[in-house]
Amino acid sequence: MSAPYAKLPAWADYGLIPLINVTVAFIVAGLVVLLIGENPFRAAVILVDGALGRGQAIAYTLYYATSFIFTGLAVAVAFHCSLFNIGGEGQAYVGGLGVGLVCLAFDSVLPWWLTFPLAIIGAAAFGAAWAFIPAYLQARRGSHIVITTIMFNFIAASLMVYLLVNVLKPAASQAPQTRTFLEGGRLPKLNFLLDAVGLSVRSSPFNLSFLLALLAAFLVWVLIWRTRLGYEIRMRGHSPKAARYAGVSETRIIIITMLISGALAGMMALNPVMGDQNRLQIDFVTGAGFVGIAVALMGRSHPAGIVPASILFGILYQGGAELAFEMPGISRDMIVIIQGLVILFAGALENLFRPSLQALFAGIRPAPVGIEAKQGERV
Amino acid sequence: MGNAAIELIGIDKSFGSGHANRNISLKIPAGTIHGIIGENGAGKSTLMSILYGFYQADRGRVCVRGEKAKIETPSDAIALGIGMVHQHFMLVHNFTVLENIILGVEGHSLLGSSISKARSELQRLERDYGLEVDPDAVVEDLPVGLQQRVEILKALYRGAEILILDEPTGVLTPAEADHLFRILRQLKEEGKTIVLITHKLREIMAVTDNVSVMRQGALVATLKTGETTVEELAELMVGRRVLLRVEKGPSAPGEVLLSVTNLSVKDSRGVTMVDDISFDLRAGEIVGIAGVAGNGQSELLETITGIRKAVSGTVTLDGRPIDLTGAADPSELRARGLAHVPEDRHHMGLVLPFDESENSILGYHRQPKYAKGLFLDMDAIRDDAVEKIGKYDIRPPDPRLRTANFSGGNQQKIVLAREMEQDPKVLIVGQPTRGVDVGAIEFIHKRLIEMRDRGKAVLLVSVELDEIRSLSDRILVMCGGRIVGERDATATEGELGLLMAGVDEKEAAE
Amino acid sequence: MDFFSTLVFLLDSTIRVSVPLLLAALAGLYSERSGVFDIGLEGKMLGGAFAAGAAAAVTGSPWIGLSAAVAIAVFLSLVHGFASITHRGNQIVSGVAINFIAAGSTIILGQAWFSQGGRTPLLGGDARFGAIQLPFAGSLSDVPIIGELYSDLLSGHSLIVYIAFLLVPFTWWVLFRTRFGLRLRAVGENPAAVDTAGISVAWLRYRALICTGILTGLAGTYLALSQNAGFVKDMTAGRGYIALAALIFAKWRPVPVMFACLLFGFLDAFAIRIQGTALPLLGQLPVQFMQALPYILTVILLAGFIGRAEPPRAGGIPYVKER
Repeated sequence: MSAPYAKLPAWADYGLIPLINVTVAFIVAGLVVLLIGENPFRAAVILVDGALGRGQAIAYTLYYATSFIFTGLAVAVAFHCSLFNIGGEGQAYVGGLGVGLVCLAFDSVLPWWLTFPLAIIGAAAFGAAWAFIPAYLQARRGSHIVITTIMFNFIAASLMVYLLVNVLKPAASQAPQTRTFLEGGRLPKLNFLLDAVGLSVRSSPFNLSFLLALLAAFLVWVLIWRTRLGYEIRMRGHSPKAARYAGVSETRIIIITMLISGALAGMMALNPVMGDQNRLQIDFVTGAGFVGIAVALMGRSHPAGIVPASILFGILYQGGAELAFEMPGISRDMIVIIQGLVILFAGALENLFRPSLQALFAGIRPAPVGIEAKQGERV
Repeated sequence: MGNAAIELIGIDKSFGSGHANRNISLKIPAGTIHGIIGENGAGKSTLMSILYGFYQADRGRVCVRGEKAKIETPSDAIALGIGMVHQHFMLVHNFTVLENIILGVEGHSLLGSSISKARSELQRLERDYGLEVDPDAVVEDLPVGLQQRVEILKALYRGAEILILDEPTGVLTPAEADHLFRILRQLKEEGKTIVLITHKLREIMAVTDNVSVMRQGALVATLKTGETTVEELAELMVGRRVLLRVEKGPSAPGEVLLSVTNLSVKDSRGVTMVDDISFDLRAGEIVGIAGVAGNGQSELLETITGIRKAVSGTVTLDGRPIDLTGAADPSELRARGLAHVPEDRHHMGLVLPFDESENSILGYHRQPKYAKGLFLDMDAIRDDAVEKIGKYDIRPPDPRLRTANFSGGNQQKIVLAREMEQDPKVLIVGQPTRGVDVGAIEFIHKRLIEMRDRGKAVLLVSVELDEIRSLSDRILVMCGGRIVGERDATATEGELGLLMAGVDEKEAAE
Repeated sequence: MDFFSTLVFLLDSTIRVSVPLLLAALAGLYSERSGVFDIGLEGKMLGGAFAAGAAAAVTGSPWIGLSAAVAIAVFLSLVHGFASITHRGNQIVSGVAINFIAAGSTIILGQAWFSQGGRTPLLGGDARFGAIQLPFAGSLSDVPIIGELYSDLLSGHSLIVYIAFLLVPFTWWVLFRTRFGLRLRAVGENPAAVDTAGISVAWLRYRALICTGILTGLAGTYLALSQNAGFVKDMTAGRGYIALAALIFAKWRPVPVMFACLLFGFLDAFAIRIQGTALPLLGQLPVQFMQALPYILTVILLAGFIGRAEPPRAGGIPYVKER
């Protein structure tokens, strides 16, 4: 039989277990804080205050969350097809090239609201293109997509450095980055949204792409659970043989899924490149592609889980920066540990507490769900 | 009875909510061949896995040669002289025969000397029991019959006095099976105790001294084979008189709906699995394909239904050819009236984590009635599922329940409902009652006859000879990828069995 | 002889660059041959490098540094085992997690303990594994070609370099000539066969992961105590992934692993050497291209254009007794 364990009620499966797993991840992170001689509770207070205490901080938190929503959705869409896309980092990086080229070409001739849709297309197309080769190799030649996407992260890094240093850098400049975009290549900020609810924001990178991220989350939900394509993606994800039987071409579905995944990862670049820095520079992704893995695992690959998980990681990023001021022992790299712990407990160890929880539930309710399962089924 | 080689006392075992073994007590006399018979899912394999230390019993104890034994791992069992030949061979595919045999009993932490010792010991065993195998052959290159021989040698090498064989003939031709039985008798002569697990009555009658019958986890009887009959055992197995014949009128075959000509298929390794097969399937008839599992039936089904590519040949569906070279699109074939109940329900016919309603459109999800443009019409899908649930008495009647939580029989009904309710012209059915409870078997058989009577063409593949004989109007026998004979429904089991063995196969096995 | 000296120099740096790759790839070989995929080589190497740097800085002993590195890397390996063997978690996810945990905690702990921005203090010669002169290296260096090869290429490396290369035949011997190796290969192909033979699948895989831990610890030690004089943050810089690529490139076989690592090491050394100079025929190659070449080659291999890389059959699949 497929599942090694009996079924839990849905709210426990989708709510309680992830909650317990994430809590344990944070407890272990607290122990690390304790290990370096700081008070984890004080650290938590500073962190939350630093992320949510002021309008300014909230704006930064949401800015970070925007990137994570995109990369989290990218990982999640691939997960539904049973593909592990570790290449979000590289796809986002190359997606930035799409954004950059569109902005450099049109920022002097078009207003931002015309450049924006072109930049979305550029980001999605470049991100998707970078996912295409691993997808094709997986689909047609059986090359393990985990390995190829890792390799493509490194290849993307080399490629982008080469392009920025040798091609895109203005001749007069020393820094490996493009020129700064003009008004036509800059997204409007959303600070006024926070101002409207009475929070004051002086300046922040919080920009329009946040709304695009929310829209993308909704569209991913529609895609996965309400369209034929999503049905086919999930079908292939659960059972490649059933997909073949149902007439779903494995090659086609793997490639389409990875193109969508790569496009979502690529669109992450809109947020920093067009929304904040207004130029394409080296290493602008800063690990957001990997955070997407943690976010997708924590959000159980569902947009309704990914958005809050992204905001949580936004809080960690923003609060972590504040924390570094208050507690010199703790730098922002603390977030990397938490990220790793979340991936460990919400991902690799997701079944750690399931058996005991099931025993608990079986004790509470003598007739658990799904008891009629498997009669006459065992060989 | 003489000394008991094995005595099981009050063995009880549950998996989650399923009760696999209920308070089983059983004595197996030394130096005999003891059969354990029961339907799929009766708990035979679980019981033997407990004896072999693969599972732990919840209650009860085991005595070996009169002494209470503590068997917690397979190595405990091996130490007590118990060996097991598993249904799915436990061999490392890219190891040599010798490496497979010494695995776990290497004798020394360095392989050098132990390998040469093992080689001479193996040669002695091969001589003593007539079990010749090349010790340096790589296992994956050996035919199945020889791989099984390696499994037996593995057990003997470990000094097994008690040998358990779990469904050993599932992959063998009747001739190979007969050869195996000769080996088993010889092992008995040498004083070994053999436990043979099977669901085939023929084997029990052919080779065992005693037989125990299991039904739904319980041991219902232990009898001397010489003092019982096939009918009695069959009744004990299912708990009531078996419906050996399904009620059906004479068939009225009409036009040819499916025509297969000179079809050949190779598997991924390039081995020819279907070899130049031709036959016609007419409206209003059931054609059964009999054969030992693994003789190309699965490949034939998958090729006709567009899942697998053909090497050569043509297949026409209702007069129009099916594109076999690029692997036809199964959904296009569905649209043309070809329905398919696949052999592998769990991985192919259903997506177990899906809701029931999601599975009830699998493969038909592009049809306009289930979709609005690119989107799925959730209401239409649910209404459709509810209707099928009623019509096919699928329990529990909940279209939102995960499919994994339905019983085997109800899962199969989900597949049948989906495929039959599309009103196809041709219905291809593989192993329709495998792992299905008795009540559902009757229901499924009736439905298949109904389809025939409504003028559909039905192609039935089953390894259950009884099923083939009671449902089919014509029977084709497959062996080694070829159709080796055609008989009508009056053919006897013995006649079909000979065909299934194939003349060449028989000579090879002698 | 100028060309020859350049070549010797290039090969010498190839060896130095290859050693951490070789140790990490051999480490991965034990794990993956046992059926446990390990993309956490990077993290374990990094954790090991930090532990080596920290312990050597505190105690002044490279041996204590080495022990600490091995202990930490084995610990991380066991975490991987706990998740993927005991709890049957996703091996890829677990490996990713370990990489992040190692990347973050080495910096945080380094900063907290040494306050040098994530570095460990610079080590003196006694706290490191320094170069070893092979016998007669000095006196033979004047002999043309052979002497030069001996004294400049073979001699003058740290102990770990020699260990790394000795580990290649040793690993081959373990894999193909010992009981442990036989079982290790079996469990990576068909764990059920091992289980029914009365051998514990979990314990066997844990032992394989311990070997992986020891070797990644050694690799980390080399980075921190041999190639450098202390730990620097993110000092593995993707070597764990190149090692993984080399392992795949070598189709999980010990001797080809060595050649794959030497090839990738050579590309690296060559890229540094030719930086800014034009090559005949090829012209000036961008350094980024040379850096990306190991990854590109691995992708081409994975695509099946230069032979098929078939991983151990049970790799990546948690073992569940059949029901």
